[in-house]
Amino acid sequence: MAVIVVRDLVRRFNDLVAVDGVTFDVEEGEIFGFLGPNGAGKSTTIKMLCTLLKPSGGSITLAGFDVVRQPDAVRRAIGLVFQDNSLDDRLTAEENLLFHGLLYGLPRATIRGRMDEVLAMVNLDDRRRDIVHTFSGGMRRRLEIARGLLHHPRVLFLDEPTVGLDPQTRSAIWQHIHRLRQEKNITIFMTTHYMDEAENCDRIAIIDHGRIQALDTPDNLKRGLGGDVITMMTVDDSRLQQEIAARYGVRAVKDEEGLRLQVGDGATFIPRVAADFGGQINSISLRRPTLDDVFLSLTGRAIREEKLSAADLMRLNRRHGRRH
Amino acid sequence: MQPALRAIYTIWYREFIRFIRERSRIVGMIGQPLLYLLIVGQGISAAMGFRGVPANVPVNYVQFMYPGILGMSVLFTSIFSGVSIIWDREFGFLKEVLVAPVPRWATALGKALGGSTVALIQAAIMLLLAPFIKVPLTPLIILQLLGILFLISLSLTFFGIAIASRMETMEGFQMIMNFLVMPLFFLSGAIFPMTNLPSWMAFFMKIDPLTYGVDALRRIIYADADPRVVEFLVHYSLGFDLAVIALMALVLGILGSWSFSRQE
Ligand SMILES: Nc1ncnc2c1ncn2[C@@H]1O[C@H](COP(=O)(O)OP(=O)(O)OP(=O)(O)O)[C@@H](O)[C@H]1O
Ligand SMILES: [Mg+2]
Repeated sequence: MAVIVVRDLVRRFNDLVAVDGVTFDVEEGEIFGFLGPNGAGKSTTIKMLCTLLKPSGGSITLAGFDVVRQPDAVRRAIGLVFQDNSLDDRLTAEENLLFHGLLYGLPRATIRGRMDEVLAMVNLDDRRRDIVHTFSGGMRRRLEIARGLLHHPRVLFLDEPTVGLDPQTRSAIWQHIHRLRQEKNITIFMTTHYMDEAENCDRIAIIDHGRIQALDTPDNLKRGLGGDVITMMTVDDSRLQQEIAARYGVRAVKDEEGLRLQVGDGATFIPRVAADFGGQINSISLRRPTLDDVFLSLTGRAIREEKLSAADLMRLNRRHGRRH
Repeated sequence: MQPALRAIYTIWYREFIRFIRERSRIVGMIGQPLLYLLIVGQGISAAMGFRGVPANVPVNYVQFMYPGILGMSVLFTSIFSGVSIIWDREFGFLKEVLVAPVPRWATALGKALGGSTVALIQAAIMLLLAPFIKVPLTPLIILQLLGILFLISLSLTFFGIAIASRMETMEGFQMIMNFLVMPLFFLSGAIFPMTNLPSWMAFFMKIDPLTYGVDALRRIIYADADPRVVEFLVHYSLGFDLAVIALMALVLGILGSWSFSRQE
């Protein structure tokens, strides 16, 4: 059964169309991901699904309720981890969790138990009585996620949940989310531009310029590409790019990995390209397609994780750097 | 617990904790009215005495001003508490509250109750000054004062919430202080009496709802004093003052909750 039903969703900001006619369903118990670059319209979509922003057009039904006409019923069914800071930095970590639990109507005993659980998950046990404005950016992010997992909503929204976190913390958080889903059949709607994080999803919508470009399971998306991805370090990227296009009719893309192209059968392609252009190539490698390759083939651009996460860290720090 | 009740309680509790944690705010809150009372009050009465008061009425300028200063401390603290929603928005915490499964009017009410609690604590401290300026207070007077101050403070915090719900950023804050809060204060009769004034000014004083708050405070504080003092200082009946205050609380309460509820 679909727990989220979205039809022709549109959101405009003056002249800018941030979300441009989006339609999809999310099944109960599913982990559903929005994968897309900065400004694609991911957060705008989440805000509309969560009753924080009014759609300019289209309809959303969540847990059977209309998001615009029955916001209170929708809010009772959801939980949300925002992309930007939403902690009270004058309170302690514990107080932030306590107030969240109280607002969501959990009994105090339950709050205490869950508090221990989520603080252990994000490794903040020993800082629980410290005021949040003494926390680092990553610690705040962890606390924010812990708070989002304190009550167990029917649908949990995670807007780029693990940006800027170290791999261990990310995997601890994902273990916890998978366990929650198993125990409580929670539906998860998340956005990300981390490819490996997107692999946690049952289905992924690839979104760019406010439109869904493809929607399927990660495996199907990659399989849909067919074949292999070859990357080459070359002497002159531009020249080889042209020559490859002329000789094989394959479009190669330049990025910091070097030249990247997609071919049906990599194992036979490598000897050919090595024979034809051996002098211009320093190294060749072969791999299975990733979601990044899928994104590339759909939009002609790559989502570069490193650059984006640096930008995100800056944004996080900027948010947290200011004080009252 | 009902969603509305738990929102009111949680938001109130948060205001309270933040208040006790901010020592500098407490000092400022108490320091400002104290400065007014000591410097403005003493300065004016030393330079000019309390002109206009009939010779046989035993009241000096500082005693005249004291109820007004109580009103002032509540005015500033309450408006500031309400307007602090702008900070909550700027720093992101407001989103957490807006998406929670509780009615927004209840959140606004919790905020207003939090602001009033803080304002009343401040007023209670100001009441400790009364003996020093020879204003005798009884427990009954104190109770009545706190009751009136609570209503005034609740209305004004709601007023601050209404303003903040329409303001995107903190830039407008100074404008509001200068062109709204200060005039409300000066025109309330807190620091000069409503006698022998140009008619335009008397008009503005009559439409300033705080005038009736200050009037009620004076009547209660000087209830046991020489009747000539009350006759000189107080202009309206307590019933009329209370009616205006209650109406103000109702209107601003609705306006504040409504503005807060409809923001995105
Ligand atoms: N309040 C707003 N006013 C005007 N424009 C907005 C507003 N919020 C978002 N936008 C615009 O809408 C577009 C989509 O923004 P959105 O935040 O949804 O992107 P995103 O996919 O979440 O990106 P990111 O990965 O950077 O978080 C952007 O061009 C952004 O500038
Ligand atoms: Mg975003």
